[in-house]
Amino acid sequence: MKVLVAVKRVVDYNVKVRVKSDGTGMDLAGVKMSMNPFDEIAVEEATRLKEKGVVTEVIAVSCGVTQCQETLRTAMAIGADRAILVETGVELQPLAVAKLLKALMDKEGAQLVILGKQAIDDDCNQTGQMLAALADIPQATFASKVEITDGKASVTREVDGGLETLSISLPAVITTDLRLNEPRYVTLPNIMKAKKKQMDIFKPEDLGVDVAPRVTTLKVSEPPKRGAGIKVADVAMLVTKLKTEAKVI
Amino acid sequence: MSILVIAEHDNASIKGATLNTVTAALACGSDANNAEVHVLVAGSASQAAASAASQIAGVSKVLHADAAYFEHGLAEEVAAQVLAIAANYSHILFPATASGKNIAPRVAAKLDVAQLSDVTKVISADTFERPIYAGNAIATVQSGDSVKVLTVRTTGFDPAANTGGSATVEALAAVASSGKSTSMGSEIAKNDRPELTAAKIIVSGGRALGSAEKFNEVMTPLADKLGAALGASRAAVDAGYAPNDWQVGQTGKIVAPQLYVACGISGAIQHLAGMKDSKVIVAINKDPEAPIFSVADYGLEADLFTAVPELVAAL
Repeated sequence: MKVLVAVKRVVDYNVKVRVKSDGTGMDLAGVKMSMNPFDEIAVEEATRLKEKGVVTEVIAVSCGVTQCQETLRTAMAIGADRAILVETGVELQPLAVAKLLKALMDKEGAQLVILGKQAIDDDCNQTGQMLAALADIPQATFASKVEITDGKASVTREVDGGLETLSISLPAVITTDLRLNEPRYVTLPNIMKAKKKQMDIFKPEDLGVDVAPRVTTLKVSEPPKRGAGIKVADVAMLVTKLKTEAKVI
Repeated sequence: MSILVIAEHDNASIKGATLNTVTAALACGSDANNAEVHVLVAGSASQAAASAASQIAGVSKVLHADAAYFEHGLAEEVAAQVLAIAANYSHILFPATASGKNIAPRVAAKLDVAQLSDVTKVISADTFERPIYAGNAIATVQSGDSVKVLTVRTTGFDPAANTGGSATVEALAAVASSGKSTSMGSEIAKNDRPELTAAKIIVSGGRALGSAEKFNEVMTPLADKLGAALGASRAAVDAGYAPNDWQVGQTGKIVAPQLYVACGISGAIQHLAGMKDSKVIVAINKDPEAPIFSVADYGLEADLFTAVPELVAAL
């Protein structure tokens, strides 16, 4: 069974990003880029499924600019067997990525797609669900535990108030939550090995997908700042302030 | 054209997030003539939830689809029911909850339209504000699609009144089940506390608590005294001091209570993103440099292990 893992190249999660002064977007010049953390969890999960013998091949996919090749090399250093880059300079939105992944899923005959529940740049949380809809297959989002047996996946999901366990038939889409696993550190020998692994490059046109954006960003601005209040000397003063000034208790 | 809100419910009652979503729906329709707001309740033995939805102020019609396979709100089933009626609507809104986020993109993809996540403000019928980069920036976005599918961040909108409405309830034929996904059960924590996202007061603990035992010993009496929900920072959750569904922050729950009391929480950006819309923020932390003080209305520089019990005694 083949598994596709989708990985997105995003601003490293440790970088504090700033809005450009002209309000056209974020100032990303020269900032460190990394694999979206939720996608790293997805690569780790797929690799573990291969190590357990549940899947035979893990194919990492990224959609975007040429530099996504680095992200794919990281995925292969974690454990993906090979990689596919769908290269384009167009701003890709979730629906477009879902269509590209659907085309690759069909092309590869993949039975399972694992990807992060959301990317930490646009915070959309859409691509996995959209892919499942386009492919007319079941989905298990926000996964914290995955078990695969007899053509079915049993997935425990993080939902409001607790956990829910679903049984879904394959093929299916799974999106990862933070607790699913802790990705391994990539070792130097594995980084070297990853350089020799196969990487295919396509254009969206090769896959017959129209990736034109549907949503236009008119403006990006700083969130309203919340000013600091006052320091109180002790608990008694805090209680007084809450009762008489803020009137919230 | 009318506007559709997908109700979040437990078959017996309507969840609070639905009310904020109705307010957002009314804002989407404010430019248009005769734009009605309809609410879809897809459930199992969910007559009570449908009746409750009909009481929401501003709602003209409740569409009620009832079938056993809607019991757990599975994305595949609910999305199919939404799609069956989608052609009648200019906007389709879901609360940006675990459930809404699970279903909305499925509906959008089937309609071949974009979906806009976590909308915090409706500027016009096609233009919206939403946070990006963990709340570090606000994007103003315009959808060029014929149907707008949105998830609504509840903290951006006041709840609609859950009484005073008199919507008609119309029964819909339930669409056939896909049968590809089955709920095998759930572990939903049961407690007497208010739900985190609906609580008026939240007391939240951080890594400084040091252990699950201390977390419980120090934070629970304060929550009890204030009738508050309990929350936690991601650091406290990752360390195993508190369950994951207590997590407040960009990757956890987004909350905006009347009063938020942060105890031993340093105030990482991702935590602030989840609680900075609270009306009043209190921070108790012994580190004077903790970033949480930069957003707190009242900061108390003190060791939480003495200050919190003192606070419990003083209330």
